[in-house]
Amino acid sequence: MSSTPSGENLDRRTRRRGDAIFRMLAQGSGAALLVIMAAIAVFLVLQAVPALNADTTSFLTTLKWAPDGTPSSFGIAALAFGSVLTSLLALLISVPVAVGVALATSHYAPRWLARPLAYVVDLLAAVPSVVFGLWGLTYLVPNIIAPSTSLNHYLGFIPFFASNGTYGKSIFAASIVLAVMAIPIISAISREVFIQTPRDQVEAAWAIGATKWEMVRTAILPYGRSGIISGTVLGFGRAIGETIAVALVLSANYEISLHILEPGGNTIAANIATRYGEAGEIGRGALIASGLVLFIITLIVNFGARAIVGKNSRGGAS
Amino acid sequence: MAKNVQMKDVDIYYGKFHAVQGVNLSVPPRAVTAFIGPSGCGKSTVLRTINRMHEVIPGARVEGRVELDGEDIYRPGVDPVEVRRAVGMVFQRPNPFPTMSIRDNVVAGLKLQRVNDKAQLNEVTERSLRAANLWNEVKDRLGKPGGSLSGGQQQRLCIARAIAVQPDVLLMDEPCSALDPISTLAIEDLIGKLKQDYTIVIVTHNMQQAARVSDRTGFFNLLAVDKPGRLVELDDTEKIFSNPTEKATEDYISGRFG
Repeated sequence: MSSTPSGENLDRRTRRRGDAIFRMLAQGSGAALLVIMAAIAVFLVLQAVPALNADTTSFLTTLKWAPDGTPSSFGIAALAFGSVLTSLLALLISVPVAVGVALATSHYAPRWLARPLAYVVDLLAAVPSVVFGLWGLTYLVPNIIAPSTSLNHYLGFIPFFASNGTYGKSIFAASIVLAVMAIPIISAISREVFIQTPRDQVEAAWAIGATKWEMVRTAILPYGRSGIISGTVLGFGRAIGETIAVALVLSANYEISLHILEPGGNTIAANIATRYGEAGEIGRGALIASGLVLFIITLIVNFGARAIVGKNSRGGAS
Repeated sequence: MAKNVQMKDVDIYYGKFHAVQGVNLSVPPRAVTAFIGPSGCGKSTVLRTINRMHEVIPGARVEGRVELDGEDIYRPGVDPVEVRRAVGMVFQRPNPFPTMSIRDNVVAGLKLQRVNDKAQLNEVTERSLRAANLWNEVKDRLGKPGGSLSGGQQQRLCIARAIAVQPDVLLMDEPCSALDPISTLAIEDLIGKLKQDYTIVIVTHNMQQAARVSDRTGFFNLLAVDKPGRLVELDDTEKIFSNPTEKATEDYISGRFG
Protein backbone atom coordinates (compact mmCIF):
# COMPACT_ATOMS: atom_id res chain seq x y z
CA MET A 1 0.00 0.00 0.00
CA SER A 2 2.77 2.37 0.89
CA SER A 3 5.01 1.17 -1.90
CA THR A 4 5.54 3.12 -5.08
CA PRO A 5 4.34 1.73 -8.41
CA SER A 6 7.73 0.16 -9.09
CA GLY A 7 7.50 -1.73 -5.81
CA GLU A 8 10.16 0.34 -4.04
CA ASN A 9 10.07 2.84 -1.22
CA LEU A 10 12.52 5.30 0.23
CA ASP A 11 13.41 3.30 3.37
CA ARG A 12 17.01 2.37 3.63
CA ARG A 13 17.48 -0.99 2.06
CA THR A 14 19.16 -3.68 4.09
CA ARG A 15 22.90 -3.11 3.65
CA ARG A 16 23.97 -3.02 0.06
CA ARG A 17 25.98 -6.16 -0.42
CA GLY A 18 28.96 -4.69 -2.31
CA ASP A 19 29.49 -2.06 0.37
CA ALA A 20 29.35 -4.65 3.12
CA ILE A 21 31.84 -6.97 1.44
CA PHE A 22 34.23 -4.16 0.67
CA ARG A 23 34.01 -2.77 4.18
CA MET A 24 34.74 -6.21 5.62
CA LEU A 25 37.75 -6.65 3.35
CA ALA A 26 39.17 -3.25 4.14
CA GLN A 27 38.65 -3.42 7.87
CA GLY A 28 39.83 -7.03 7.99
CA SER A 29 43.06 -6.20 6.17
CA GLY A 30 43.71 -3.22 8.41
CA ALA A 31 43.13 -5.25 11.56
CA ALA A 32 45.24 -8.15 10.28
CA LEU A 33 48.13 -5.79 9.66
CA LEU A 34 48.03 -4.46 13.22
CA VAL A 35 47.79 -7.99 14.63
CA ILE A 36 50.78 -9.14 12.56
CA MET A 37 52.88 -6.15 13.66
CA ALA A 38 52.02 -6.80 17.30
CA ALA A 39 52.70 -10.52 16.92
CA ILE A 40 56.15 -9.81 15.47
CA ALA A 41 56.99 -7.50 18.35
CA VAL A 42 55.76 -10.04 20.93
CA PHE A 43 57.68 -12.87 19.24
CA LEU A 44 60.89 -10.85 19.18
CA VAL A 45 60.57 -9.89 22.84
CA LEU A 46 59.75 -13.44 24.03
CA GLN A 47 62.65 -14.97 22.11
CA ALA A 48 65.07 -12.29 23.19
CA VAL A 49 64.41 -12.23 26.93
CA PRO A 50 66.24 -15.47 27.91
CA ALA A 51 69.36 -14.40 26.03
CA LEU A 52 69.25 -10.91 27.48
CA ASN A 53 69.05 -12.45 30.97
CA ALA A 54 72.06 -14.64 30.21
CA ASP A 55 74.10 -11.65 29.04
CA THR A 56 76.69 -10.83 31.71
CA THR A 57 77.43 -7.37 30.27
CA SER A 58 75.23 -4.45 29.33
CA PHE A 59 73.37 -5.14 26.09
CA LEU A 60 73.15 -1.49 25.13
CA THR A 61 76.79 -0.50 25.59
CA THR A 62 78.82 -3.65 24.94
CA LEU A 63 80.69 -3.77 21.64
CA LYS A 64 81.64 -7.43 21.30
CA TRP A 65 79.41 -10.28 20.22
CA ALA A 66 80.13 -13.52 22.13
CA PRO A 67 76.71 -14.72 23.31
CA ASP A 68 77.67 -18.39 23.34
CA GLY A 69 80.91 -17.84 25.24
CA THR A 70 81.40 -18.45 28.93
CA PRO A 71 80.50 -16.09 30.36
CA SER A 72 78.03 -14.92 27.69
CA SER A 73 78.77 -11.35 26.65
CA PHE A 74 77.25 -9.41 23.79
CA GLY A 75 75.94 -5.93 23.01
CA ILE A 76 74.21 -3.96 20.30
CA ALA A 77 76.36 -0.82 20.43
CA ALA A 78 78.77 -1.53 17.56
CA LEU A 79 76.12 -3.15 15.37
CA ALA A 80 73.54 -0.39 15.81
CA PHE A 81 76.21 2.21 15.17
CA GLY A 82 77.30 0.41 12.00
CA SER A 83 73.74 0.00 10.76
CA VAL A 84 72.85 3.66 11.25
CA LEU A 85 76.16 4.92 9.87
CA THR A 86 76.05 2.84 6.65
CA SER A 87 72.41 3.73 6.05
CA LEU A 88 72.93 7.46 6.61
CA LEU A 89 75.97 7.48 4.33
CA ALA A 90 73.99 5.56 1.75
CA LEU A 91 71.21 8.16 1.90
CA LEU A 92 73.72 11.01 1.71
CA ILE A 93 74.93 9.57 -1.59
CA SER A 94 71.65 8.30 -3.00
CA VAL A 95 69.13 11.07 -2.26
CA PRO A 96 70.75 13.79 -4.41
CA VAL A 97 71.38 11.32 -7.23
CA ALA A 98 67.88 9.86 -7.00
CA VAL A 99 66.20 13.28 -7.02
CA GLY A 100 68.33 14.19 -10.01
CA VAL A 101 67.31 11.01 -11.82
CA ALA A 102 63.66 11.64 -10.94
CA LEU A 103 63.79 15.20 -12.31
CA ALA A 104 65.58 13.99 -15.42
CA THR A 105 62.86 11.44 -16.15
CA SER A 106 59.98 13.73 -15.18
CA HIS A 107 60.99 17.12 -16.60
CA TYR A 108 64.36 17.23 -18.33
CA ALA A 109 64.90 14.30 -20.65
CA PRO A 110 63.08 14.32 -24.01
CA ARG A 111 60.09 12.02 -24.00
CA TRP A 112 61.66 9.29 -26.13
CA LEU A 113 64.46 8.98 -23.59
CA ALA A 114 62.52 9.61 -20.38
CA ARG A 115 60.26 6.59 -20.68
CA PRO A 116 62.96 3.97 -21.21
CA LEU A 117 65.09 5.63 -18.55
CA ALA A 118 62.28 5.51 -16.00
CA TYR A 119 61.66 1.90 -16.95
CA VAL A 120 65.29 0.93 -16.42
CA VAL A 121 65.36 2.70 -13.05
CA ASP A 122 62.24 0.79 -11.97
CA LEU A 123 63.87 -2.41 -13.14
CA LEU A 124 66.92 -1.71 -10.97
CA ALA A 125 64.64 -1.75 -7.92
CA ALA A 126 63.76 -5.35 -8.70
CA VAL A 127 67.34 -6.66 -8.91
CA PRO A 128 68.00 -9.05 -5.98
CA SER A 129 70.38 -7.64 -3.39
CA VAL A 130 72.84 -10.52 -3.73
CA VAL A 131 73.60 -9.28 -7.24
CA PHE A 132 74.50 -5.86 -5.86
CA GLY A 133 76.57 -7.61 -3.20
CA LEU A 134 78.53 -9.59 -5.78
CA TRP A 135 79.12 -6.46 -7.82
CA GLY A 136 80.36 -4.73 -4.67
CA LEU A 137 82.66 -7.60 -3.78
CA THR A 138 84.19 -8.29 -7.20
CA TYR A 139 84.22 -4.81 -8.74
CA LEU A 140 83.75 -2.05 -6.20
CA VAL A 141 86.04 -3.28 -3.40
CA PRO A 142 89.16 -3.68 -5.58
CA ASN A 143 88.45 -0.40 -7.37
CA ILE A 144 87.69 1.66 -4.29
CA ILE A 145 91.19 1.35 -2.90
CA ALA A 146 92.73 4.01 -5.15
CA PRO A 147 90.07 6.70 -4.53
CA SER A 148 90.06 5.85 -0.82
CA THR A 149 93.80 6.40 -0.71
CA SER A 150 93.48 9.82 -2.36
CA LEU A 151 90.60 10.80 -0.05
CA ASN A 152 92.77 9.90 2.91
CA HIS A 153 95.76 11.70 1.45
CA TYR A 154 93.97 15.01 0.84
CA LEU A 155 91.20 14.97 3.46
CA GLY A 156 92.74 12.73 6.11
CA PHE A 157 92.56 15.54 8.67
CA ILE A 158 88.77 15.01 8.77
CA PRO A 159 88.16 12.08 11.19
CA PHE A 160 85.92 10.30 8.66
CA PHE A 161 88.76 9.98 6.18
CA ALA A 162 91.48 9.05 8.64
CA SER A 163 92.94 5.58 8.12
CA ASN A 164 95.52 3.10 9.32
CA GLY A 165 96.60 2.61 5.70
CA THR A 166 94.34 -0.28 4.70
CA TYR A 167 91.33 0.19 2.45
CA GLY A 168 88.72 -1.86 0.60
CA LYS A 169 86.08 -3.86 2.48
CA SER A 170 84.98 -0.78 4.39
CA ILE A 171 81.88 1.03 5.61
CA PHE A 172 82.45 3.34 2.64
CA ALA A 173 82.20 0.50 0.12
CA ALA A 174 79.14 -0.97 1.87
CA SER A 175 77.46 2.44 1.86
CA ILE A 176 78.01 2.85 -1.87
CA VAL A 177 76.45 -0.56 -2.55
CA LEU A 178 73.49 0.36 -0.33
CA ALA A 179 73.20 3.74 -2.08
CA VAL A 180 72.98 2.06 -5.48
CA MET A 181 70.25 -0.18 -4.10
CA ALA A 182 68.31 2.75 -2.62
CA ILE A 183 68.46 5.04 -5.68
CA PRO A 184 65.76 3.29 -7.75
CA ILE A 185 63.23 3.31 -4.89
CA ILE A 186 63.80 6.93 -3.96
CA SER A 187 63.77 8.13 -7.55
CA ALA A 188 60.71 6.10 -8.56
CA ILE A 189 58.62 7.54 -5.73
CA SER A 190 59.95 11.09 -6.21
CA ARG A 191 59.21 10.92 -9.93
CA GLU A 192 55.62 9.82 -9.37
CA VAL A 193 55.04 12.86 -7.18
CA PHE A 194 56.95 15.27 -9.43
CA ILE A 195 54.86 14.43 -12.48
CA GLN A 196 51.70 15.15 -10.50
CA THR A 197 52.69 18.75 -9.81
CA PRO A 198 49.60 20.76 -10.79
CA ARG A 199 49.96 22.38 -14.19
CA ASP A 200 48.89 25.76 -12.87
CA GLN A 201 51.78 25.76 -10.37
CA VAL A 202 54.24 25.08 -13.15
CA GLU A 203 52.70 27.79 -15.34
CA ALA A 204 52.74 30.25 -12.45
CA ALA A 205 56.49 29.81 -12.21
CA TRP A 206 57.00 30.13 -15.97
CA ALA A 207 54.84 33.23 -16.10
CA ILE A 208 56.94 35.20 -13.61
CA GLY A 209 59.99 34.60 -15.79
CA ALA A 210 61.51 31.51 -14.19
CA THR A 211 64.22 29.57 -15.98
CA LYS A 212 63.77 25.82 -16.09
CA TRP A 213 65.78 25.25 -12.92
CA GLU A 214 63.96 28.12 -11.15
CA MET A 215 60.64 26.59 -12.21
CA VAL A 216 61.75 23.27 -10.72
CA ARG A 217 62.76 25.01 -7.50
CA THR A 218 59.63 27.13 -7.08
CA ALA A 219 56.97 24.68 -8.30
CA ILE A 220 58.15 21.06 -8.52
CA LEU A 221 60.38 20.62 -5.47
CA PRO A 222 58.03 22.23 -2.90
CA TYR A 223 55.18 20.12 -4.22
CA GLY A 224 57.31 16.98 -4.38
CA ARG A 225 58.93 17.31 -0.97
CA SER A 226 56.64 14.76 0.67
CA GLY A 227 57.46 12.31 -2.12
CA ILE A 228 61.17 12.79 -1.63
CA ILE A 229 60.78 12.19 2.09
CA SER A 230 58.63 9.07 1.65
CA GLY A 231 61.09 7.70 -0.89
CA THR A 232 63.99 8.43 1.43
CA VAL A 233 62.33 6.54 4.28
CA LEU A 234 61.76 3.52 2.06
CA GLY A 235 65.34 3.76 0.84
CA PHE A 236 66.50 3.90 4.45
CA GLY A 237 64.43 0.80 5.17
CA ARG A 238 66.04 -1.06 2.31
CA ALA A 239 69.52 0.05 3.35
CA ILE A 240 69.26 -0.69 7.05
CA GLY A 241 67.56 -4.04 6.49
CA GLU A 242 70.04 -5.26 3.89
CA THR A 243 71.82 -8.47 4.89
CA ILE A 244 73.65 -10.30 2.15
CA ALA A 245 75.04 -7.37 0.17
CA VAL A 246 76.61 -5.88 3.29
CA ALA A 247 77.86 -9.25 4.50
CA LEU A 248 79.63 -9.79 1.17
CA VAL A 249 81.24 -6.37 0.98
CA LEU A 250 82.16 -5.67 4.60
CA SER A 251 85.07 -7.18 6.47
CA ALA A 252 83.25 -7.46 9.79
CA ASN A 253 84.44 -6.53 13.22
CA TYR A 254 82.72 -5.25 16.36
CA GLU A 255 84.17 -1.80 16.86
CA ILE A 256 82.84 1.71 16.79
CA SER A 257 84.98 3.74 14.43
CA LEU A 258 84.31 6.82 12.34
CA HIS A 259 87.06 5.82 9.92
CA ILE A 260 84.79 4.86 7.07
CA LEU A 261 87.61 4.10 4.63
CA GLU A 262 89.16 1.34 6.76
CA PRO A 263 87.98 -2.25 6.61
CA GLY A 264 85.75 -3.10 9.57
CA GLY A 265 82.40 -2.38 11.14
CA ASN A 266 79.26 -4.44 10.92
CA THR A 267 75.50 -4.02 10.74
CA ILE A 268 72.68 -5.66 12.66
CA ALA A 269 71.17 -7.24 9.58
CA ALA A 270 74.44 -8.55 8.16
CA ASN A 271 75.41 -9.89 11.57
CA ILE A 272 72.18 -11.87 11.81
CA ALA A 273 72.73 -13.33 8.36
CA THR A 274 76.31 -14.42 8.99
CA ARG A 275 75.99 -15.62 12.61
CA TYR A 276 72.60 -17.32 12.76
CA GLY A 277 73.71 -20.67 11.32
CA GLU A 278 76.51 -21.23 13.78
CA ALA A 279 74.70 -19.79 16.83
CA GLY A 280 73.74 -21.80 19.90
CA GLU A 281 70.55 -21.26 21.88
CA ILE A 282 71.69 -18.12 23.63
CA GLY A 283 73.31 -16.93 20.40
CA ARG A 284 70.00 -17.15 18.53
CA GLY A 285 68.20 -15.31 21.27
CA ALA A 286 70.89 -12.64 21.14
CA LEU A 287 70.48 -12.26 17.38
CA ILE A 288 66.73 -11.95 17.81
CA ALA A 289 67.31 -9.27 20.43
CA SER A 290 69.40 -7.39 17.85
CA GLY A 291 66.53 -7.81 15.38
CA LEU A 292 64.24 -6.19 17.92
CA VAL A 293 66.57 -3.18 18.03
CA LEU A 294 66.50 -2.99 14.22
CA PHE A 295 62.70 -3.08 14.38
CA ILE A 296 62.69 -0.19 16.87
CA ILE A 297 65.15 1.92 14.84
CA THR A 298 62.99 1.48 11.74
CA LEU A 299 59.85 2.45 13.67
CA ILE A 300 61.51 5.60 15.02
CA VAL A 301 62.68 6.65 11.56
CA ASN A 302 59.23 6.03 10.09
CA PHE A 303 57.44 8.06 12.73
CA GLY A 304 60.02 10.81 12.44
CA ALA A 305 59.52 11.06 8.68
CA ARG A 306 55.76 10.97 9.11
CA ALA A 307 55.97 13.91 11.49
CA ILE A 308 58.06 15.88 9.00
CA VAL A 309 55.73 15.12 6.09
CA GLY A 310 52.67 15.98 8.18
CA LYS A 311 54.12 19.30 9.24
CA ASN A 312 55.12 20.45 5.77
CA SER A 313 52.49 18.93 3.56
CA ARG A 314 50.26 21.98 3.31
CA GLY A 315 49.62 22.52 -0.37
CA GLY A 316 51.79 19.58 -1.36
CA ALA A 317 50.97 16.01 -2.21
CA SER A 318 50.44 13.73 0.73
CA MET B 1 56.31 50.45 -19.49
CA ALA B 2 52.92 49.95 -21.12
CA LYS B 3 54.01 48.92 -24.60
CA ASN B 4 51.75 48.24 -27.55
CA VAL B 5 51.41 44.77 -29.05
CA GLN B 6 51.36 44.08 -32.79
CA MET B 7 50.67 40.74 -34.44
CA LYS B 8 51.48 40.29 -38.11
CA ASP B 9 50.28 37.20 -40.02
CA VAL B 10 50.50 35.00 -36.94
CA ASP B 11 49.86 31.28 -37.41
CA ILE B 12 49.99 28.93 -34.44
CA TYR B 13 50.53 25.17 -34.58
CA TYR B 14 50.59 22.35 -32.04
CA GLY B 15 52.61 19.74 -33.89
CA LYS B 16 50.65 19.18 -37.11
CA PHE B 17 47.48 20.73 -35.72
CA HIS B 18 46.90 24.20 -37.14
CA ALA B 19 45.28 25.99 -34.21
CA VAL B 20 45.08 29.62 -35.32
CA GLN B 21 45.47 31.18 -38.73
CA GLY B 22 46.44 34.59 -40.02
CA VAL B 23 46.00 36.87 -37.02
CA ASN B 24 46.76 40.55 -37.58
CA LEU B 25 46.00 42.86 -34.71
CA SER B 26 47.14 45.84 -32.75
CA VAL B 27 46.72 46.35 -29.01
CA PRO B 28 47.10 49.92 -27.73
CA PRO B 29 48.94 50.73 -24.48
CA ARG B 30 47.09 51.86 -21.32
CA ALA B 31 43.82 50.29 -22.43
CA VAL B 32 41.98 47.03 -21.99
CA THR B 33 41.61 44.79 -25.03
CA ALA B 34 39.25 41.84 -24.64
CA PHE B 35 39.24 38.62 -26.68
CA ILE B 36 35.84 36.94 -26.92
CA GLY B 37 34.54 33.98 -28.88
CA PRO B 38 33.27 30.41 -28.52
CA SER B 39 35.32 27.71 -26.79
CA GLY B 40 38.20 26.22 -28.77
CA CYS B 41 38.53 29.10 -31.22
CA GLY B 42 42.09 29.92 -30.19
CA LYS B 43 41.72 33.11 -28.19
CA SER B 44 43.69 31.77 -25.20
CA THR B 45 46.27 30.35 -27.60
CA VAL B 46 46.72 33.77 -29.21
CA LEU B 47 47.01 35.35 -25.75
CA ARG B 48 49.73 32.88 -24.80
CA THR B 49 51.86 33.75 -27.81
CA ILE B 50 52.29 37.26 -26.37
CA ASN B 51 54.47 35.96 -23.52
CA ARG B 52 55.58 32.76 -25.30
CA MET B 53 53.76 30.63 -22.71
CA HIS B 54 52.40 28.29 -25.37
CA GLU B 55 55.96 27.02 -25.85
CA VAL B 56 55.65 25.15 -22.57
CA ILE B 57 53.63 22.60 -24.55
CA PRO B 58 55.97 20.39 -26.62
CA GLY B 59 55.49 20.77 -30.36
CA ALA B 60 53.92 24.23 -30.21
CA ARG B 61 55.26 26.80 -32.68
CA VAL B 62 54.43 30.20 -34.09
CA GLU B 63 54.89 31.69 -37.53
CA GLY B 64 54.67 35.42 -38.20
CA ARG B 65 55.67 38.34 -36.03
CA VAL B 66 54.59 39.36 -32.52
CA GLU B 67 56.00 42.76 -31.59
CA LEU B 68 56.25 44.74 -28.37
CA ASP B 69 56.71 48.40 -29.36
CA GLY B 70 58.09 47.17 -32.67
CA GLU B 71 60.48 44.56 -31.26
CA ASP B 72 59.81 41.04 -32.55
CA ILE B 73 59.71 38.67 -29.56
CA TYR B 74 60.19 35.65 -31.86
CA ARG B 75 63.37 36.99 -33.41
CA PRO B 76 66.19 34.40 -33.08
CA GLY B 77 68.21 35.13 -29.97
CA VAL B 78 65.26 36.34 -27.89
CA ASP B 79 65.12 34.56 -24.52
CA PRO B 80 61.54 33.51 -23.69
CA VAL B 81 62.39 33.92 -19.99
CA GLU B 82 63.08 37.63 -20.60
CA VAL B 83 59.85 37.94 -22.58
CA ARG B 84 57.88 36.55 -19.65
CA ARG B 85 59.53 39.01 -17.29
CA ALA B 86 58.26 41.82 -19.50
CA VAL B 87 54.79 40.36 -20.11
CA GLY B 88 52.96 39.30 -16.95
CA MET B 89 50.14 36.77 -16.88
CA VAL B 90 47.15 35.95 -14.68
CA PHE B 91 45.46 32.58 -15.11
CA GLN B 92 41.98 31.11 -15.07
CA ARG B 93 42.40 29.45 -11.69
CA PRO B 94 44.16 31.45 -8.97
CA ASN B 95 47.61 29.84 -8.65
CA PRO B 96 49.63 31.40 -5.85
CA PHE B 97 52.51 29.21 -4.67
CA PRO B 98 50.66 27.48 -1.82
CA THR B 99 53.55 26.97 0.59
CA MET B 100 55.10 30.41 0.04
CA SER B 101 54.05 33.28 2.28
CA ILE B 102 51.89 36.08 0.87
CA ARG B 103 54.91 38.39 0.85
CA ASP B 104 57.14 35.84 -0.91
CA ASN B 105 54.43 35.23 -3.49
CA VAL B 106 54.31 38.92 -4.37
CA VAL B 107 58.06 39.27 -4.75
CA ALA B 108 58.69 35.82 -6.29
CA GLY B 109 59.42 37.39 -9.68
CA LEU B 110 61.77 39.99 -8.21
CA LYS B 111 63.67 37.35 -6.30
CA LEU B 112 64.21 35.46 -9.54
CA GLN B 113 65.81 38.65 -10.82
CA ARG B 114 68.24 38.54 -7.87
CA VAL B 115 66.67 41.47 -6.00
CA ASN B 116 67.49 40.78 -2.34
CA ASP B 117 67.36 44.23 -0.75
CA LYS B 118 64.92 43.89 2.13
CA ALA B 119 63.66 47.46 2.13
CA GLN B 120 63.05 47.34 -1.61
CA LEU B 121 61.21 44.01 -1.36
CA ASN B 122 59.00 45.36 1.42
CA GLU B 123 58.24 48.48 -0.58
CA VAL B 124 57.34 46.47 -3.70
CA THR B 125 55.18 44.15 -1.60
CA GLU B 126 53.15 47.04 -0.24
CA ARG B 127 52.92 48.90 -3.55
CA SER B 128 51.84 45.79 -5.48
CA LEU B 129 49.31 44.67 -2.90
CA ARG B 130 47.84 48.19 -2.74
CA ALA B 131 47.66 48.28 -6.53
CA ALA B 132 45.87 44.92 -6.45
CA ASN B 133 43.35 46.22 -3.86
CA LEU B 134 44.48 43.57 -1.40
CA TRP B 135 46.75 45.42 1.01
CA ASN B 136 44.12 46.24 3.64
CA GLU B 137 42.95 42.64 3.80
CA VAL B 138 46.36 41.00 4.22
CA LYS B 139 48.72 43.62 5.69
CA ASP B 140 48.60 41.96 9.13
CA ARG B 141 49.38 38.47 7.87
CA LEU B 142 51.98 38.82 5.14
CA GLY B 143 53.84 35.83 6.57
CA LYS B 144 50.87 33.46 6.17
CA PRO B 145 50.91 31.03 3.24
CA GLY B 146 49.34 32.19 -0.02
CA GLY B 147 47.08 29.13 0.02
CA SER B 148 45.28 30.41 3.13
CA LEU B 149 43.43 33.17 1.27
CA SER B 150 39.97 32.94 -0.33
CA GLY B 151 39.70 32.35 -4.07
CA GLY B 152 39.09 35.99 -4.92
CA GLN B 153 41.91 37.13 -2.67
CA GLN B 154 44.22 34.54 -4.20
CA GLN B 155 43.46 35.89 -7.66
CA ARG B 156 44.25 39.44 -6.54
CA LEU B 157 47.45 38.08 -4.99
CA CYS B 158 48.32 36.61 -8.39
CA ILE B 159 47.68 40.00 -9.98
CA ALA B 160 49.94 41.60 -7.38
CA ARG B 161 52.60 39.00 -8.19
CA ALA B 162 52.30 39.75 -11.90
CA ILE B 163 52.54 43.54 -11.53
CA ALA B 164 55.31 43.46 -8.89
CA VAL B 165 57.90 43.33 -11.69
CA GLN B 166 56.18 46.24 -13.49
CA PRO B 167 55.57 44.41 -16.76
CA ASP B 168 55.07 46.10 -20.12
CA VAL B 169 51.93 44.11 -20.79
CA LEU B 170 49.53 42.23 -18.48
CA LEU B 171 47.74 39.18 -19.89
CA MET B 172 44.64 37.76 -18.22
CA ASP B 173 43.28 34.38 -19.26
CA GLU B 174 39.65 34.27 -18.05
CA PRO B 175 40.70 35.65 -14.67
CA CYS B 176 37.20 35.57 -13.17
CA SER B 177 35.84 32.27 -14.42
CA ALA B 178 36.59 30.48 -11.13
CA LEU B 179 35.32 33.32 -8.92
CA ASP B 180 32.00 34.29 -7.36
CA PRO B 181 30.20 37.48 -8.53
CA ILE B 182 31.49 39.67 -5.69
CA SER B 183 35.11 38.65 -6.27
CA THR B 184 34.54 39.09 -10.00
CA LEU B 185 33.38 42.65 -9.39
CA ALA B 186 36.50 43.31 -7.30
CA ILE B 187 38.73 42.07 -10.12
CA GLU B 188 36.83 44.10 -12.74
CA ASP B 189 37.22 47.27 -10.65
CA LEU B 190 40.89 46.46 -10.37
CA ILE B 191 41.26 46.03 -14.13
CA GLY B 192 39.74 49.49 -14.63
CA LYS B 193 42.29 50.93 -12.25
CA LEU B 194 45.30 49.03 -13.65
CA LYS B 195 44.73 50.13 -17.22
CA GLN B 196 46.01 53.58 -16.30
CA ASP B 197 49.48 52.05 -16.04
CA TYR B 198 49.45 48.85 -18.05
CA THR B 199 48.58 47.41 -21.42
CA ILE B 200 45.97 44.78 -20.57
CA VAL B 201 44.76 41.92 -22.76
CA ILE B 202 41.98 39.80 -21.29
CA VAL B 203 40.34 36.63 -22.58
CA THR B 204 36.80 36.18 -21.32
CA HIS B 205 33.85 33.90 -21.94
CA ASN B 206 31.58 36.48 -20.47
CA MET B 207 30.42 39.02 -23.04
CA GLN B 208 28.98 41.34 -20.41
CA GLN B 209 32.39 41.37 -18.78
CA ALA B 210 34.05 42.30 -22.06
CA ALA B 211 31.52 45.09 -22.52
CA ARG B 212 32.07 46.33 -18.95
CA VAL B 213 35.86 46.33 -18.71
CA SER B 214 37.31 46.69 -22.20
CA ASP B 215 38.02 49.56 -24.56
CA ARG B 216 38.64 47.31 -27.55
CA THR B 217 37.15 43.91 -28.29
CA GLY B 218 38.33 41.19 -30.66
CA PHE B 219 35.98 38.43 -31.74
CA PHE B 220 37.54 35.04 -32.54
CA ASN B 221 35.80 32.19 -34.32
CA LEU B 222 36.59 28.95 -36.14
CA LEU B 223 36.84 29.25 -39.92
CA ALA B 224 34.68 26.15 -40.08
CA VAL B 225 34.40 22.86 -38.20
CA ASP B 226 37.88 21.24 -37.91
CA LYS B 227 39.50 24.37 -39.35
CA PRO B 228 41.85 26.76 -37.50
CA GLY B 229 40.56 29.63 -35.42
CA ARG B 230 40.89 33.20 -36.66
CA LEU B 231 40.29 36.77 -35.59
CA VAL B 232 37.02 37.85 -37.17
CA GLU B 233 37.26 41.50 -36.21
CA LEU B 234 38.78 43.79 -33.62
CA ASP B 235 37.27 47.19 -32.98
CA ASP B 236 36.15 49.60 -30.29
CA THR B 237 34.09 47.69 -27.74
CA GLU B 238 31.15 50.05 -28.21
CA LYS B 239 31.06 49.36 -31.95
CA ILE B 240 31.47 45.58 -31.58
CA PHE B 241 28.50 45.41 -29.22
CA SER B 242 26.24 47.86 -31.08
CA ASN B 243 27.10 47.74 -34.74
CA PRO B 244 29.70 45.09 -35.67
CA THR B 245 30.98 44.95 -39.23
CA GLU B 246 30.82 41.16 -39.57
CA LYS B 247 27.63 39.11 -39.54
CA ALA B 248 29.30 36.33 -37.49
CA THR B 249 30.11 38.82 -34.74
CA GLU B 250 26.57 40.06 -34.61
CA ASP B 251 25.22 36.50 -34.45
CA TYR B 252 27.53 35.70 -31.55
CA ILE B 253 26.83 38.95 -29.67
CA SER B 254 23.11 38.55 -30.00
CA GLY B 255 23.29 34.98 -28.74
CA ARG B 256 22.42 33.22 -31.97
CA PHE B 257 25.31 30.79 -31.48
CA GLY B 258 28.25 30.03 -29.21
